[in-house]
Amino acid sequence: MTLDDSSRAHSLSAHGVTLGYGDRTVVEGLDLAVPAGEITVIVGANACGKSTLLRSLARLLTPSEGRIVLDGKELHERPTKEVARVLGLLPQSPIAPEGIVVGDLVARGRSPHQRMLTRWSREDDAAVAEALDLTDTASLADRSVDELSGGQRQRVWIAMALAQRTDILLLDEPTTFLDIAHQVEVLDLLTDLNRTRATTIVMVLHDLNLAARYADRLVAMCRGRMLADGAPQDVLTAELVEEVFGMRSQVTPDPVSGKPMVLPIGRHHARVPAATA
Amino acid sequence: MSTLDVVTTGRVRRSRARLLAALGIAVGVVAAFAISLMVGHTFYGPGEVLRVVLGETVPGASFTVGELRLPRAVLALLVGGALGMAGVTFQTMLHNALASPDIIGVSAGASAAAVFAIVVLHLDQGLVSLFAVVAALATALAIYVLSYQDGVAGTRLILIGIGIAAMLHSVVSYLLAGAAAWDLPAAMRWMIGSVNDAEWSTLAPLAIAVLVLGPVLVSQAGNLRLLQFGDDAAAALGVRVERTRVISILAAVGLIAFATAAAGPVAFVAFLAGPIAARIVPAGGSLIVPAGLVGALLVLGADLVGQWAFDARYPVGVITGACGAPYLVYLLVRTNRSGGSL
Amino acid sequence: MSATLAPPSDTSPSGTSAHRRTSAARRSAWLAVSLVVLGLIGVASITFGAREIAWSDVVSALSGNDETLAEAAVAKRIPRTFLAMLVGAALGVVGAVMQGLTRNPLADPGLLGITPGASLAVVVGMAFFGLGSPMGFTWVAIGGAAVAAVFVYVVGSIGRGGATPLKLTLAGAAVSAAFTSLISAVLLPRIDVMDSFRFWQIGGVGGATAERTLQVLPFLVVGALLSAASTTGLNALALGDDLAAGLGERVVRTRVVAALGSVTLCGAATALAGPIAFVGLVVPHACRLLAGLDHRWLLPSCAVVGAGLLTLADVLGRVVARPDEIDVGILTALIGAPVFIAIVRRQKARAL
Repeated sequence: MTLDDSSRAHSLSAHGVTLGYGDRTVVEGLDLAVPAGEITVIVGANACGKSTLLRSLARLLTPSEGRIVLDGKELHERPTKEVARVLGLLPQSPIAPEGIVVGDLVARGRSPHQRMLTRWSREDDAAVAEALDLTDTASLADRSVDELSGGQRQRVWIAMALAQRTDILLLDEPTTFLDIAHQVEVLDLLTDLNRTRATTIVMVLHDLNLAARYADRLVAMCRGRMLADGAPQDVLTAELVEEVFGMRSQVTPDPVSGKPMVLPIGRHHARVPAATA
Repeated sequence: MSTLDVVTTGRVRRSRARLLAALGIAVGVVAAFAISLMVGHTFYGPGEVLRVVLGETVPGASFTVGELRLPRAVLALLVGGALGMAGVTFQTMLHNALASPDIIGVSAGASAAAVFAIVVLHLDQGLVSLFAVVAALATALAIYVLSYQDGVAGTRLILIGIGIAAMLHSVVSYLLAGAAAWDLPAAMRWMIGSVNDAEWSTLAPLAIAVLVLGPVLVSQAGNLRLLQFGDDAAAALGVRVERTRVISILAAVGLIAFATAAAGPVAFVAFLAGPIAARIVPAGGSLIVPAGLVGALLVLGADLVGQWAFDARYPVGVITGACGAPYLVYLLVRTNRSGGSL
Repeated sequence: MSATLAPPSDTSPSGTSAHRRTSAARRSAWLAVSLVVLGLIGVASITFGAREIAWSDVVSALSGNDETLAEAAVAKRIPRTFLAMLVGAALGVVGAVMQGLTRNPLADPGLLGITPGASLAVVVGMAFFGLGSPMGFTWVAIGGAAVAAVFVYVVGSIGRGGATPLKLTLAGAAVSAAFTSLISAVLLPRIDVMDSFRFWQIGGVGGATAERTLQVLPFLVVGALLSAASTTGLNALALGDDLAAGLGERVVRTRVVAALGSVTLCGAATALAGPIAFVGLVVPHACRLLAGLDHRWLLPSCAVVGAGLLTLADVLGRVVARPDEIDVGILTALIGAPVFIAIVRRQKARAL
């Protein structure tokens, strides 16, 4: 796999997919085209099917109906390793084997590029080094993952996904369990990647305001269906928030970025009485 | 030093350290094996032992070493290796050091079937092994099916395995209690595991199983290493999760069953080999081969201790069981404190 | 873990008095029904066995005759039945108390390594200290049970989340396996105590005598009283330690009393019948369906149902394999393991 290869734009899309576990349907008849080279953020209330959708885009879940298409070919018909060279995923809670060193963990990101008997190449080392540099974790390379802070650890996991050198990167709530400073740090890092390497990013985020800030495109889901899909400033309205979260709010431009910002109204504290807001 | 240099030197250094650690364990196995052949009521020096092993006829030694000690040592080696490799496979796949086949009931299934085949059906060793393999697979399948509910949760699988193990242990007790003669050595073998009375004919099926299934497991080592990150992360890295899981479980269950059919459920070896190997070998590589070596070392060493360290002779399972207990408690405490798994 | 056992809503002060009266009536009715069933099982236990006996012989034996072979057999079955009932009742109560105490639906003295602990203590006592009297057995068994209980609980509750069902069960399984090895290690070179070996490995009520049972009876009574004293405390504990303390419950005292009660009962039962698993697990789950979650009703109900279950298992063991007998310990495992699996399946994975 060369750098040229990974800079080519790949297309990923879902066509009328229905997803579920066993008899339980979680997502029904959903269409989504992931825009190449952009940051797409999926938001929605708990258990609305966000993570399920992301898992199906990553080939971890086969749709019971509909198709997921990568570069014009059905995702589930392509060999796993081939997909893994184009499409990377960082699950919500990956497990770090006890005592593993950062350098070794990041190096595992190279496995889709290796055959059973091929030796570790100079290019593999180069990819790992680059991933460590990009995530600013090179100084941690010889440390054990167990010793790292939550923010460092998340950067290391992202480094592993980067070492995979995929054109598309899917992330399931990459900011959970991080404090606000580390959340911004991780999202800035992902934006850097997107800007400098044109990596297509799709992620699920919990925080609406961070989602609106960092998304080029915002996808809102509710009960397994897609309610909105577009630039945050176009789609994020008080009506949408009410429909998705069942919560009344006011949406104003955020003074820092100018992107929309959601302010919950609640039953108390509102200067305008809640009943008439 | 550039990042690339850091990465390259670190990788080379660590893989060398892992290789050295594995070699160290291998040397221990060879030493224990040699001692097993030399020590006994009569001591034979390395020269005599070597000549017997090479097929020469040495008065006295040929029988004692060639017919008594050698089969016993080979059996211990194979049983330990099989249990160690199979145990660490389960532990890796279920992300839990406690999810080893001897705790979650797979070994109990093999041992119940073997006892049934011997006590009730009076079968010979080959058929007993076959019976044990089928039963162990059936037990593993039953545990899997019973714990399936919106996917398999590791914790549920372990708990259900413990329940099944408890039931099967009482089946073994019943079969042994009902057996015509309460034959102590035989009963002990099936309650707790022993390599007494090893013969070439009893260990032949196990030897074939280790030679066939061991390489199968080793071929999955790379994928199993990635499965340590969790199923989703592994799949995202291009691992065919279900396929890897099915192949590894079949191979591991097979090894457990053949080992159990040959020597009974030798306590704690499958459970201990992986964690011990993980302590010795620096993290990051596959543990299958190191765990197999540790398992072999455990069984060989425990058999030596059980035979010669006390006035009475104890079967190997009593020693591994009693010595395993403190380590197990230590492991439980450490695992629980860190909140992690193996 | 408070989520695994729903709070005892029907005992809350908000329940109307009428509601409380009807549920009390319903529970009394269930308790009465279980007592009647227990009585029938008791009769069956005296009537059925390896030897078939006519009804007239049973009646005549019960009125004190033991001249004929049949009457003698019946006379032997009476203490056995009595023993099975006592042990079953004790184990049922132990299970309920331990499940309440640890807020863990899988708690069972056998699975948590407590009965194996008692067994090991007795075996060590027999082998090294010439232990022989039932009184001695009982004290040693209670001591072993207590040590094992504390040990398993401490090991199982270290770390995040406290004593979750998974951690406790694993600690129990691990410790049981270790104890089993140690029991074998002690017994193996001592063929003289091997006779009792099977008894200590499996558990049974076949060797019952009235004298032995009567000697252990005081321990069972003390254990039962301690357990009874902890019932209201256990109700509060079901809401979690913090909430119980907030409601004015003295959490530590409740725990100590309940633990002492269950360990005494468990040790005494083990001294009488060897390690018997799963009775303590199954019975409280069945009784919660009949008697609800209030421990003041749950414990008596567990005692009756536990006695019935163990006696029934003993009768089945005598009848199924005629002319041999299957030890109760084996039958309870065969009955209990599927129930255990069903309970595990009902739990949410996260709650484990």
